[in-house]
Amino acid sequence: MSFARAGFRTLVARTSIILAQRRALSAEARKLIDSAVQENPLVVFMKGTPETPQCGFSRAVCQILDVQGVPREKLKTFNCLEDQELREGIKEYSEWPTIPQVYIKGEFVGGCDIVLSMHQSGELEKLLVKEGLVPELPPLPEGEK
Amino acid sequence: MDLDESNLLPSAVHPMAERIERKLRESMAIEHFDIADTSGNCGSSFAVTIVSPDFAKKMTLARHKLVNQLLSDEISQLHAFSQKTLTPEQWAKEKGKA
Repeated sequence: MSFARAGFRTLVARTSIILAQRRALSAEARKLIDSAVQENPLVVFMKGTPETPQCGFSRAVCQILDVQGVPREKLKTFNCLEDQELREGIKEYSEWPTIPQVYIKGEFVGGCDIVLSMHQSGELEKLLVKEGLVPELPPLPEGEK
Repeated sequence: MDLDESNLLPSAVHPMAERIERKLRESMAIEHFDIADTSGNCGSSFAVTIVSPDFAKKMTLARHKLVNQLLSDEISQLHAFSQKTLTPEQWAKEKGKA
């Protein structure tokens, strides 16, 4: 008899934790995030802004995208420090515990580690070219024939 | 984002680092493991390197998600967490290059 009760109690406890976690992301917030990642080909949920990043990892992601030649107007960012609901909600939405978070064409790509290693391996350039976020050929630097 | 020699401390130094290592070793076949406290020894940010055959056939994102899942409790208490996930073959190749 005590076995069953212990099991039931664990089930209730676990369910409460799940529900509490779910409450971080309201249906409205989920819809907003949904439309943001669907309507913009490149979205970065970060701390701060590309001009003034507030965290080393967020800054690294912005620098990488800049080095890759992504035009500033193609980069849609959300400052998670300005919005506590977004800061917690995006972690639940993506099922990813940290910020920054990069979305390309509505698909979660990864955080700083992943973006950095994709950058180093050439995978990021390929992906950005494929999705039309950077031109296929790099522009010639000024002054060269 | 590379692990800097001066940052590498034995995992016995911080209980959180110990916990992270223990949890991973419980659930995965670990061939090599490194953990560095990137919070100036405050135990609030860690960078881990995990070498495991369990990562074979998994893309990087899937590997990170696996680790995130195993360490979801711990990560939720940290300020920052970064990871490097390699198969033993990838690790050997990387060591060879250095």
